Amino acid sequence: MPYLTGEFGNPSSAHAAGRRARRAVDNARAAVAAALGAQPAEIYFTACGTESDNWALRAAMRMQAPKGRTRLITDAAEHHAILRTAQALRRAGYRTQVLGVDRLGRVSAGSVRAALDESAALVSVMAANNEVGTRMPVRAIAQAAHEAGALFHTDAVQAVGHVPIDVQELGVDMLSFSSHKFGGPKGMGGLYVRKGLPLPAGLYGGGQEHGLRSGTENVAGIVGTAAALTEACEAMEKNRAKLAALRGRLTEGILKKIPGAHLTGDPEERLPGSASFVFEGVEGEPLVLLLDQRGVCASSGSACSAGALEPSHVLLAMGLPEALARGSLRLTLGAENTEEEIDEILRILPEVVALLRKAKR
Amino acid sequence: MSKKVMVAMSGGVDSSVAALLLLEQGYEVTGATLRLFSNEEAGLKGKRTCCSLADVEDARGVAARLGIEHYVFNFGREFRRDVVARFAQGYRRGETPNPCIDCNRYIKFGRLLERARLMGMDKIATGHYARVERDPESGRWLLKKARDATKDQTYVLYAMTQEELAHTLFPLGGLRKTEVRALAAAHGFGNARKPDSEDICFVPDGDYAGFLERTLGIRAEPGNFIDRTGRVLGRHRGLIHYTVGQRKGLRLSFPRPKYVVRKDARANTVQLGDNEELYSGEFVAQKVNLIACERLTGPKKVGVKIRYSQSEAPATLFPEEGGRVRVRFDRPQRAVTPGQAAVFYDGEVVFGGGTIAGE
Repeated sequence: MPYLTGEFGNPSSAHAAGRRARRAVDNARAAVAAALGAQPAEIYFTACGTESDNWALRAAMRMQAPKGRTRLITDAAEHHAILRTAQALRRAGYRTQVLGVDRLGRVSAGSVRAALDESAALVSVMAANNEVGTRMPVRAIAQAAHEAGALFHTDAVQAVGHVPIDVQELGVDMLSFSSHKFGGPKGMGGLYVRKGLPLPAGLYGGGQEHGLRSGTENVAGIVGTAAALTEACEAMEKNRAKLAALRGRLTEGILKKIPGAHLTGDPEERLPGSASFVFEGVEGEPLVLLLDQRGVCASSGSACSAGALEPSHVLLAMGLPEALARGSLRLTLGAENTEEEIDEILRILPEVVALLRKAKR
Repeated sequence: MSKKVMVAMSGGVDSSVAALLLLEQGYEVTGATLRLFSNEEAGLKGKRTCCSLADVEDARGVAARLGIEHYVFNFGREFRRDVVARFAQGYRRGETPNPCIDCNRYIKFGRLLERARLMGMDKIATGHYARVERDPESGRWLLKKARDATKDQTYVLYAMTQEELAHTLFPLGGLRKTEVRALAAAHGFGNARKPDSEDICFVPDGDYAGFLERTLGIRAEPGNFIDRTGRVLGRHRGLIHYTVGQRKGLRLSFPRPKYVVRKDARANTVQLGDNEELYSGEFVAQKVNLIACERLTGPKKVGVKIRYSQSEAPATLFPEEGGRVRVRFDRPQRAVTPGQAAVFYDGEVVFGGGTIAGE
């Protein structure tokens, strides 16, 4: 990993080491752009998907406000990076509207269309949900937003690198991605901004990233991001088939072996590696802990900053009763997982669920 | 016998040293910090409360220093249901509740012990100043006072059952607080000089009325101050602002000092009286839990603490129906407060305890 060892150049420097770093960043940007169907100049690197979301929403709202467009439209299944930014925008005086989702976690283009009028500044809807994997009708919603004169942003953090994403085809104005979600380094993300959109800067300073996101570039992170995304896109089709088989085996096994188990999210239109369930009479936190003790890394709800678990706002938005929503489990499969591992989970999980149900008073 | 212990770590000095001592004694130690409420929920953003995020981080730091695993458990729902809701109910009934008793009963020795056992631990441990011993004759588990009498915390532990005592360790029972702080400092725990948490953890500023209003929408309703004949003396600001024995904050002036003698939730009155009227010769304790023996079959002489900060008073216990015990003091005691815990001591041993009943 040259950019973590011998190559220390700052891409902004005029000397040879700097120029080498600059070239590495340029190449990386081009690779990421190609993977997303964008031009290199439309790709901005950030420190994480959250930063991209914060920047896109706040800058777009600021940009639209002088036109009398002051309303942000989003949905209840979004990640907290979107929802809490929306809350902050509300406190700052903008109007925000959070649309409901159906029991599969999807917001419909129809409900977005119904909410749009000339006061709408920006619509932000994720490409795929992080908790239940459901894919949203991004293209149709982008179209609806544009028809009403609003901008469209999508948090594609879960989708990029897993399903084909082409910004032209989707017709989005801005798109957030996150490196570690496709196997790149943590602490790296990016924002696609359609050429011609005069988005205000996210960070002021030395003028990096065309003046829109100042700060010395994380050269190693950027190079790693591009390498990971390129690899992920190359393997995407092959992986999708493998993941579909693994996920199918897992889901079928769980629904058969464990009474009171339900798949959450759209069974068909979902991310290939996403398997999410709720189990009646079980709580997610001890479930995850007991699985961890038996070598299975899973998640439930969302981790809060203390490291404890909070019940999932996504499941609640989908209309699940709170008691059931507390019993959620997320198993995200990757191409490195094997059939043996699936079978191992199918051996361990029913035992753990039974243990928890027995212990419950 | 398995030597796996889960230590409840609050981020404070006591629980940190408890973990250290158990490690030195050869136990397989795991640390756990409980998330019971968030400051934002309690309307106290930015304030330093017990179990705040900073405390979790302190605990995590100590765990890292000790080389032990550290977990954070979210028991917020149970805490709201079993501790905060009961606290509010107590105030609504005109009592002065002690939520620490309920927290120990339902959360620490309830949920946490259950969680620890699910995860394969044999016992839990806390940093309480108390001692557990098995009585060789009866086989019963006994709760005894700590060696450091000034720090003894058995008052809040009286509700522990035999099952809980059998699965709990109190490593600090034989130490003085000064020794504990010295150990913490010697091992480089950052919390060695951290002040002890006092007051109710989820109401650190002592403003119970504000807390109940913010979190549960309970509003203080003004009513009448009365004397023992029922004569109206003035207006009170809401029962929640007063507790039995209180003299300050009445916002009335009298030729002689007046004290809160009784609160009547139904009539919404606060009865004031002279100091003499604060004395009771006896009271009834309800929801009594006995530790030293299974049942009270006849009168028993004990020392009774009716308040955390008060010393024991000699008394005799008389069994009554329905888990109740009548407590008759040798000499009348001041400000017996419904809702507070009454704990019975037989020398060093905690005989049991209960909640002081209203009339």
